[in-house]
Amino acid sequence: MLRNRMLLLVLALILCCLGYLLTGVRGSWAFALEFRGLKLAALLLVGAAQAVAAIMFQTITGNRILTPSIMGFDALYLLILSGIVFAFGAQAYQQIDPWLVVLGNAVLLCAAAVALFGAVLRQGQSDLMRMVLTGVVLAVMLRSITSFLQRMIDPNEYAAVQAASFARFSRAETDLLALAALLSLVALAMAWRLRFRLDVLALGPTAALSLGENPLTGQRLVLLLISVLVAVSTALVGPVAFFGLLVTALTYVVLPTHRHAVLLPGGVLMAGIVLVGGQWLMERVMHLDTPLSVVVEFLGGLVFLLLLLKGLKR
Amino acid sequence: MIDVQGVSYRIGSAQILRNVSLQLRRGGVIALAGPNGAGKSTLLSLVARLQSLQSGRIAVDDLEIGACDDRALARKLAILPQHVNASSRLTVRDLVGFGRYPHHRGRPDAQDRARVEEALQLFDLMPFAQRHLETLSGGQRQRAFVAMAYVQDTDFLLLDEPLNNLDLAASRALMAQLRDLADSKGRTVVIVLHDINYATAYADRIVVMKGGAVVADGAPREVVTEAMLRSVFETEARVEIAAGRPVVLV
Ligand SMILES: Nc1ncnc2c1ncn2[C@@H]1O[C@H](COP(=O)(O)OP(=O)(O)OP(=O)(O)O)[C@@H](O)[C@H]1O
Ligand SMILES: [Mg+2]
Repeated sequence: MLRNRMLLLVLALILCCLGYLLTGVRGSWAFALEFRGLKLAALLLVGAAQAVAAIMFQTITGNRILTPSIMGFDALYLLILSGIVFAFGAQAYQQIDPWLVVLGNAVLLCAAAVALFGAVLRQGQSDLMRMVLTGVVLAVMLRSITSFLQRMIDPNEYAAVQAASFARFSRAETDLLALAALLSLVALAMAWRLRFRLDVLALGPTAALSLGENPLTGQRLVLLLISVLVAVSTALVGPVAFFGLLVTALTYVVLPTHRHAVLLPGGVLMAGIVLVGGQWLMERVMHLDTPLSVVVEFLGGLVFLLLLLKGLKR
Repeated sequence: MIDVQGVSYRIGSAQILRNVSLQLRRGGVIALAGPNGAGKSTLLSLVARLQSLQSGRIAVDDLEIGACDDRALARKLAILPQHVNASSRLTVRDLVGFGRYPHHRGRPDAQDRARVEEALQLFDLMPFAQRHLETLSGGQRQRAFVAMAYVQDTDFLLLDEPLNNLDLAASRALMAQLRDLADSKGRTVVIVLHDINYATAYADRIVVMKGGAVVADGAPREVVTEAMLRSVFETEARVEIAAGRPVVLV
């Protein structure tokens, strides 16, 4: 059953990609294909990064409601970004090689995430609702510190930061794509190598330890990978709060299994379908101007509410 | 052997274990008894490194707890904690299968699978093998967790109140299994039991704890006496010898 469903997902993704690439081309095919191909690659990369980060995060926290974005991972990324602009000024910032910005930010994010979220996770392991609250409060806090910093920057410089902080699925920064691809493919490969350990970590800290998997070591490693993935995705398209949640919720419904050997690739496929398929539908089929991010965030937010209500009832 | 040397443990101002020393040689069934809150679960958790040592030392054969490789220990010692909670999304077969993880690290071979099926048979779990844990009764779930520790196939098996929720037949079957592990495979089984009669019937040795210390230790006939029940459990109960072993009349 799982095999068939995976095949269906693969087919659906291929269909979405073809539709996205080939429909409604006006003028030069060569140009359109190259341009769209790059955008497609960016969408797939962002989707894969968000999906794998969210699934791994849910595994080590033992719940299916929280995602790195909801806990404020990308808020942390923006905070670091604004911090850099604030410290060096926008002019200097714009002269820094974007590669360096992403790399430096990824490194800083790794350190901050392990310190901050490592502590939160140890606290909240047993109490999900407390962790949800901590995460949401943390995210709000990080966002307000960020906007405080941004207010202190002069308006022009502020515009430079803001340009970097809004989800733009339709104009991913393709020049960053090579670096992003490299970073996230390494992180994705490492996540794939962790797939069996993730299965065991999902049993909870006690069971994992008695099977010889140290939960603390695993947690740190996973947080590092998540930081890289979130940094890459945020650098490409800006923050997205509920996209990861939407994708994981759909993945768990379509692929009811605990095995990460299935869940991780399944999540990647599902994310691609939602992003590419959504983009295709909105842009080419329905000719809507609404950014896809708005729809995705709305649906994701709805899923978050539903899961939260279901969780509270239990 | 499991070598516990001068282990103390405190949480806040509460002294949970007081300078416990205990040597458990290889082979045999050892029952751990004592009133609620005596520190039995804490002691087992420390031996299985589920909680970190504060003072004293524990060694399992040549593996020093706190310094040894987690994986190496998982191949030598298995534990069934008193409170288990598992993801309800697992089927019984999945759960039991995880017991083999320390050996195959995610890539089970035919032999691993055969061991899992064997354990499912042994603990009468075949009818539920494909069911999700959340749909099982308390005793069925308990048996699944026992089976998971069992297939880990370790020299040392620690079980914290494994008879919880088990009916008479399942309890006797489990104790007979454990007895057989010790007799025919030379395994060491340490088992926390509240029912003293199971301890006298199946254990070679009974260790009694109270207030974080070992207060009695020896063969069932030496340990289980009316005087011990009075001083340790503060209850008056008659002890009679039946079938060559002490039986507590409740
Ligand atoms: N987190 C904690 N904070 C404070 N005290 C604790 C904590 N955990 C355990 N204790 C105390 O430690 C003592 C020993 O607990 P432990 O679980 O080892 O007892 P036990 O012998 O297994 O009891 P039972 O037969 O009820 O399972 C108890 O008095 C308990 O209240
Ligand atoms: Mg106990």
